[in-house]
Amino acid sequence: MNTHLNSFRTQPDDRGHFGQFGGRYVAETLMPLVLDLEREYRAAQADPAFQAEFDDLLEHYVGRPSPLYFAPRITEELGGAQVWFKRDELNHTGAHKINNCIGQILLAMRMGKTRIIAETGAGQHGVATATVCARFGLPCVIYMGAEDVARQSPNVFRMKLLGAEVIPVTSGGATLKDAMNEGLRDWVANVHDTFYIIGTAAGPHPYPEMVRNFQSVIGKEARAQMLSRVGRLPDLLVACIGGGSNALGLFHPFLDDADVKMLGVEAAGHGLDGDQHAASLLGGSPGVLHGNRTYLLQDEDGQITEGHSISAGLDYPGIGPEHAWLKESGRVEYTAVTDDEALEGFQLLCRTEGIIPALEPSHAIAAVAKVAPTMPKDSIVLMNLCGRGDKDIFTVAEKLGVEL
Amino acid sequence: MTRLSTTFSAPHPALVCFITAGDGDTAANLDALVEAGADVIELGMPFTDPMADGPAIQSANLRSLGAGTTTADVLRYATDFRARHPDVPLVLMGYANPMVRRGPEWFAQAAADAGVDGVICVDIPPEEDDALGPALRAKGIAPIRLATPTTDAARLPQVLEGSQGFLYYVSVAGITGKQQAVQASIEEAVARLKASTDLPVAVGFGVRTPEQAAAIAKVADGVVVGSALVEICGEYGAAAPAKLKELTSALAHAVHTARQEQTA
Repeated sequence: MNTHLNSFRTQPDDRGHFGQFGGRYVAETLMPLVLDLEREYRAAQADPAFQAEFDDLLEHYVGRPSPLYFAPRITEELGGAQVWFKRDELNHTGAHKINNCIGQILLAMRMGKTRIIAETGAGQHGVATATVCARFGLPCVIYMGAEDVARQSPNVFRMKLLGAEVIPVTSGGATLKDAMNEGLRDWVANVHDTFYIIGTAAGPHPYPEMVRNFQSVIGKEARAQMLSRVGRLPDLLVACIGGGSNALGLFHPFLDDADVKMLGVEAAGHGLDGDQHAASLLGGSPGVLHGNRTYLLQDEDGQITEGHSISAGLDYPGIGPEHAWLKESGRVEYTAVTDDEALEGFQLLCRTEGIIPALEPSHAIAAVAKVAPTMPKDSIVLMNLCGRGDKDIFTVAEKLGVEL
Repeated sequence: MTRLSTTFSAPHPALVCFITAGDGDTAANLDALVEAGADVIELGMPFTDPMADGPAIQSANLRSLGAGTTTADVLRYATDFRARHPDVPLVLMGYANPMVRRGPEWFAQAAADAGVDGVICVDIPPEEDDALGPALRAKGIAPIRLATPTTDAARLPQVLEGSQGFLYYVSVAGITGKQQAVQASIEEAVARLKASTDLPVAVGFGVRTPEQAAAIAKVADGVVVGSALVEICGEYGAAAPAKLKELTSALAHAVHTARQEQTA
């Protein structure tokens, strides 16, 4: 671990760099907008009324604080560390995504923007964005890869029910990265009235920092809940990573607690030895995409390659730049689990705790199932259960060979 | 004098033509542009995720990558072009990731070896100049920056700092190949830019016809045409050179004579 740093919680620098990662790699048309967004965000951060409105909506609309739950049967089955879950799957809309959407739409209104756009992969961020747009009466356009529109039809219908216009994106591979390209194209053409709600801790500065801060409510609550329930901090934090916002939300408030270890779990798809995975950190290399320098899945010429994961929410060829920095600094350890292992993790939680998790945190469950048995019984593992699995039952049924 | 500065000190405005490398017979297409009167060539480096481009250039990128175009191929097209056309300025245009993949110094050296005069990187704004700019300048390659309708007076000096070759004014806030800006706004913008810099100012985005090009050439030092040419490459494939020549001749005539008509 890098011992030169006094704190791991002071990133990024004032140019939005996390070490060599992050930054603002956007077209000139967007650059003044990105700078304006940063100014407005700083002003909002300094405004107690903004924070008060954010907190109030999280409490009464989202349903926070989310419970901290000790899982006795999975703990017993694994036979090692105590397993605890931060229950962000109980949030309104069923995942952590809404925390960030509340923050960004408040900022959009503060900036006088009258139109909201977003990208979505599995549809969770799209649903959360459509939800806050309905709540505040703003028109909403969601870009979604045509492939994902076909795979995630219930979420497409949810977004439409909530009043959003869902635009299928057919360019490129027609998945999440292409939806993000289309979101950026919309933004560049509608800079005067449009706010782009990015769904993960990636994109040009200040998005990675801003999304992390909005999601940090997860870790702040969990830290206080742990101290109040057991009087000490957990030994290990575990969270799945696509872009990485739920993991950063949990990890960031603990980064300077030197005794708390952290494990980020990427999607290994069919395995890291081939190219059918979505593990940007473990199977990628640094490059520039979607406004930031970070680890990417790419070929030797810098062309972006298509990731694969059973979970549409992890199926993105990049990762938030702060994770790239946390990996290089050694503060957080990263691992990856395969589709099959995630499917086992999914069933393990259903069977032992009566909770149907989303396929994204099922990856984290699989990692917990590997690591908890190796830890002493008085140690504590805290995992972010960042989404519920209603949206995934069709995918899981198909994988298990069950016809619905 | 560089090739770019020589070209822009000619008595008439310059026609700047863009096509995507590896989309059709690149050598034949480039020769057609030059023979028909293009003054500066912008050669697009294909990228999987061309975020600032509209459908025409997106498709060209995918066609090129689908045909297996590599960075080595793009550099070879440039090298061969330089051998055939020793005096015509050649600019590589594209996105950051393929340019910095092997390191900025590698790219700058390779571009210099290929006889490239300038580089336009869409997603490296002045704030991230370190990622490529110093390496290019060290090899005598002009980093050509973009100014846009959102680049206000407070920001313009930062855009101009370290800019070389020419200043590319993106006349619409949007993606390539879409609607054209109104002429009055272009005239106002070009006047504003020229008051702040001695660099030549070329105007692009949404320019498709000789009439549009002529109107812009009355006030700007250069006119950039891309999507209209790229669409011809896509539609006509191997037969594209003849069609490219047709449109480019009309554009070149319009641009080169725009100011004569004005004073006649």
